[in-house]
Amino acid sequence: MSDQASSQAPEAPAAEQRFQTLRAVLANRLAVVGLLVLAALVVAALFGPQLAPYGINAIEVEDRFQSPSLDHLFGTDELGRDVFSRVLVAARVSLQVGAIAVGISLVAGVTLGLVAGFYGGRIDDVVMRVMDMLFAFPAILLAIAILAVLGPGLTNAMIAIGIVYTPIFARICRASVLSVREEVFVRAARSIGASDFRLLRLHILPNVLAPIIVQTSLSLAFAILSEAALSFLGLGVQPPQPSWGRMLFDGRGFIEQAWWMGVFPGLAIFVTVLAFNIVGDAMRDALDPKQRSVIESRGQS
Amino acid sequence: MARYVLRRAGQAAVVLLGVSLIVFALMQLVPGDPVRVALGTRFDQETYDALRARAGLDQPLPVQYAQYLGNALTGDLGVSFRSGQPVTASLLERLPATLSLAGVALLIALLIAVPLGLISATRSGKVSDYVATVFSQIGVSIPDFWMAILLIVLFTSTLGWLPPSGYVPFTEDPVDWLAHIVLPAVTVGVVSGSILTRFVRSAVLESMGQEHVRTATAKGLPGSLVLRRHVLRGALVPILTVTGVQLATLLGGVVVVEVIFAWPGLGRLTYDAVAARDYPLMQGAVLMFAAVFLLVNLLVDLLYAALDPRIRY
Repeated sequence: MSDQASSQAPEAPAAEQRFQTLRAVLANRLAVVGLLVLAALVVAALFGPQLAPYGINAIEVEDRFQSPSLDHLFGTDELGRDVFSRVLVAARVSLQVGAIAVGISLVAGVTLGLVAGFYGGRIDDVVMRVMDMLFAFPAILLAIAILAVLGPGLTNAMIAIGIVYTPIFARICRASVLSVREEVFVRAARSIGASDFRLLRLHILPNVLAPIIVQTSLSLAFAILSEAALSFLGLGVQPPQPSWGRMLFDGRGFIEQAWWMGVFPGLAIFVTVLAFNIVGDAMRDALDPKQRSVIESRGQS
Repeated sequence: MARYVLRRAGQAAVVLLGVSLIVFALMQLVPGDPVRVALGTRFDQETYDALRARAGLDQPLPVQYAQYLGNALTGDLGVSFRSGQPVTASLLERLPATLSLAGVALLIALLIAVPLGLISATRSGKVSDYVATVFSQIGVSIPDFWMAILLIVLFTSTLGWLPPSGYVPFTEDPVDWLAHIVLPAVTVGVVSGSILTRFVRSAVLESMGQEHVRTATAKGLPGSLVLRRHVLRGALVPILTVTGVQLATLLGGVVVVEVIFAWPGLGRLTYDAVAARDYPLMQGAVLMFAAVFLLVNLLVDLLYAALDPRIRY
């Protein structure tokens, strides 16, 4: 870790390093496929309503339970709505939840990890014990409990997922800070009178970013899975807004007569999460192979 | 050793105390009056006052927490708003169903992860390693509730081999119990097993690189013996640790899967409590999950000494 940290000292040409990382990720063919899938998802999230062949709430009762065909690629649901259009448009919700929820955990977790690791002592003890406590709950259960308090809905689901994944960022960040803060360049900066804030922002943060970036990619996968699970339980996205988890929840009663209602939304979640995981793994291999055990210790939602 | 056990148990108790505080604090954030919400249309002043007083909600917060904690220590977690039953009794009634599901799921997870991880590590870079990696990547990415739906479509709707949902206690009819537990346990087990596979692989790879393993191979011991006696033994501690940590994932999976398969365990109870806004029951159920998790991890830590004689306390 220390070798790696010192090799990433602020003096190192950052642009070249980024280029090298990108090249390593792109050399992994599976990761390229994952990136293409993610690019397609971003397009769906941005232009879903324009690309969808039917309106997401266009009810055509006479067309209900149509099996997949050229007219309706993924069939129609119990109200005759086009499943393909709904799956396409729901990409936005998933990516939005993923990005905002992980954004919350990232900011909160990294801040707590930086402070705990840098100051050590009692602050470290208190922060990390609270993180341990949050870790003692199964992630989805904690999210359910938070949503029970805040009430169901998209915004609250993002907050709940954000809180649930904060401890992993705090732990990873703190572990890296502990090794970086003793580096020569940090001590040198301190000796010339740099303030704590300056040390943290300019010298420590840039050198603990690698494992955090990797964790961000993997957490996006977990966050999307969690949102889907919460929506599936009826606690996340509320109708009529389409969400993959909610579509499975609504389609659950019709699976026997319309298998496509249960298959395609789930497939969308699966492919998205798989793509994030593959890209995350490739980034980890490129950026930070040593962090493997720490990152995987959380598993999925 | 005794000192270590005490210290470790003390730490777990402190975390549990914190967990109880978090759960208690969460319940205070509930907008509105939980008793009023729970009563809903059945509201009448008398019941309302009785429930509030019974739950101690007319006291200041620190007093409420101290009371809650004191009662919890004697096994009293309050009374369900909905059923009027003691929370502890409801939890204990549901615990066996959850433990049996989690136990069988963990067994399935290990039956997947250990052989697959071993094959993957010992044939690192070969086709079987690749297949194992792809399997674990798929298992990690598949939503458990979706897998449950697919399994029901296949084994219940199409093939008609297994019941779609429900629970039969083992003591009543072991065969029927098995028929009912297969689908939920496979759902949870495959997901956890996929995650564990990666750890088994890396633990075995690391263990294979140790010097004593190289010596054992060099002195001509047969490969299977080296694997069994030296490699696996060295890999056991990290595998056990991760299995303990993974229990949180597994228990989380149990919550979702219990809802889908109408499995009358703690997960289903928690979900129903949330839906009914039955806060004392929810508080108790969440606390119970965390306590089970902490207890298992404590046991895992204590098992180290038995498994790895190098660890001294």
